[in-house]
Amino acid sequence: MSELDKSREIELLRQMITIRAFEEKAEQLYMLGKVHGTMHLSIGMEASAVGAIAALRPDDLILSTHRGHGHCIAKGADLNRMMAEFLGKENGYCRGRGGSMHIADVKGGNLGANGVVGGGIATAMGVGLGLKLQKREQICLCFFGDGAANLGSFHESLNMAAIWKLPVVYVCENNQYAMSFPVKKAFAIERISDRAAAYGMPGETVDGNDVLAVYRAVSRAVERARAGEGPSLIENVTYRWRGHSKSDANRYRTKEEIEAWKEKCPIKRFRQYLIAAGRLTEEEAARIEREAYAAIEAAVAFAEASPEPALETIEEGVYA
Amino acid sequence: MREITYLEAVREALWQEMERDERVFIIGEDVGVYGGAFGVTLGMIEHFGPERVIDTPISEYGIAGAITGAALVGMRPVGEIMFMDFTTFAMEQLVNQAAKMRFMFGGTIEVPFVLRTPAGSGTGAAAQHSQSLEAWFVHVPGLKVVMPSTPYDAKGLLLASIRDPNPVIFVEHKLLYKTRGPVPEEPYTIPLGSAEVKREGRDLTIIATSIMVRRALEAAERLTQEGIEAEVVDPRTLKPLDEETIVRSVSKTGRVLIVHEACKTGGYGGELTAVIAGSEAFDYLDAPIVRLAGRDIPIPYNRTLEYHTVPQVEDIVEQARRLARGRV
Repeated sequence: MSELDKSREIELLRQMITIRAFEEKAEQLYMLGKVHGTMHLSIGMEASAVGAIAALRPDDLILSTHRGHGHCIAKGADLNRMMAEFLGKENGYCRGRGGSMHIADVKGGNLGANGVVGGGIATAMGVGLGLKLQKREQICLCFFGDGAANLGSFHESLNMAAIWKLPVVYVCENNQYAMSFPVKKAFAIERISDRAAAYGMPGETVDGNDVLAVYRAVSRAVERARAGEGPSLIENVTYRWRGHSKSDANRYRTKEEIEAWKEKCPIKRFRQYLIAAGRLTEEEAARIEREAYAAIEAAVAFAEASPEPALETIEEGVYA
Repeated sequence: MREITYLEAVREALWQEMERDERVFIIGEDVGVYGGAFGVTLGMIEHFGPERVIDTPISEYGIAGAITGAALVGMRPVGEIMFMDFTTFAMEQLVNQAAKMRFMFGGTIEVPFVLRTPAGSGTGAAAQHSQSLEAWFVHVPGLKVVMPSTPYDAKGLLLASIRDPNPVIFVEHKLLYKTRGPVPEEPYTIPLGSAEVKREGRDLTIIATSIMVRRALEAAERLTQEGIEAEVVDPRTLKPLDEETIVRSVSKTGRVLIVHEACKTGGYGGELTAVIAGSEAFDYLDAPIVRLAGRDIPIPYNRTLEYHTVPQVEDIVEQARRLARGRV
């Protein structure tokens, strides 16, 4: 596994900032009443999405979660079409049929966000099976949260992926809460990655707010998957700053806890690291931020100017 | 034409399609050397190898995930769930994932798989191995539901199902596996959404599914001796449904008896009833639409109790006679 060169590192920072900008704007649009449905923000978790996907080749596949904006952007999605989908417009990724929880960029290798916690874990195993049967070199990376690790789908799928040595990398984004239920109460083990041993696959817990640490750990798992050695389980320990969904009174956690995690902001940390290492100047960093936020503004303008789906097309895509 | 069993017809369809299309593979519990719980895939692993006839752990949810995921990346999986009762474990993948993706993702992806599963009572396997749950799947937009009643239909419908770009739930009946009928050796398809008039008659229409088609045909033979000529219509695919053939038949006879094995309440018969009542056939009805279905109870173990839980030939004869003679 090679270390990232300077331009790749800066690109990762740009992706993280773009995700933050997208989600801050998503939240604003929601507050303004411009969003019909719900959304799940990954603010504070950007290093997990970006570091993991940086370990993939462009033609590798991912399955995402309900908290999937970051995965989608890191996989290279077009911001205009993403924002159009968020606003339910015809030229969104899913023609306005999916919304925030179901954005899929199939051509870009994103087989979809998922409204069902744990729903993608089994599908990803099947994708891995299909890739292996066709002897393709691609691998499938499956994101899920700590909550999903307690579903039956996790057990069945990780076992099947392991016995058949499927090219799947399971990335558990442990953001400390399944809605309101804390990891400390939901697990009798210290580390979710310990469960990997039960399936005969490697498991590794990493600081999910350290984008390079995530990149390195997932890279090892990707290499293993691509070499035909089977799946791995990576646990990215991170934290979601915002509530579970669009509204959340945070009754299950303290302000102090949230503030303490904000101090561990993955973007601030990586930005400081790059500047300290002499790979980026303050001015360059500020320019990246300006560009990212401008790109999001442009995406909003595109989305708002996009047409609504025509009612006559409502049954298209239904075949049974 | 040569005669083979329903079970052999299913196997022949799988075999021929796997020879024709290397994307097709079989996956399920004990489908390999064991040959499947009912022997449908017997001998296939020896011919096609363990990469195309894949034994799984007891993980029905996993099987559903495996066929969904593999279908997304260009394969044509045929999954097997050993008993329809156990599709309960797989519902999340089938209902929330596979059925939704094409629509939910704006038509950018297809999920071409078949999930084969044996349903029905009559084997003494009691409440957890005898259910007919097809109505659940019919209720989910995005799933096709196929229920063949003859060896000929089993082969042609299975080939059509595998070639269909969408998820298909293919419901076989355990008691039909050993029934025989003429089946061409060469591959052929029966379009999904085409019903068939299995027997023509003027006095009433019996719409039956799966094993009830066979029982309805036997009932119709008995009724002939009483001067009653029943027309028997088999929808063959519950979704999509060939409404035209049904409406045409009912418009001709003016009387309709719907027969299925699944529990009456919430069963497919209710849907058929509504389709007929809402169609031009309504004007031709000379009697109320009659539903003959399984009792609303779990399937009992005891032989006599089990027998009387679902419609039998004599039940169909009796209901048809009452209907034809204007006593309903």
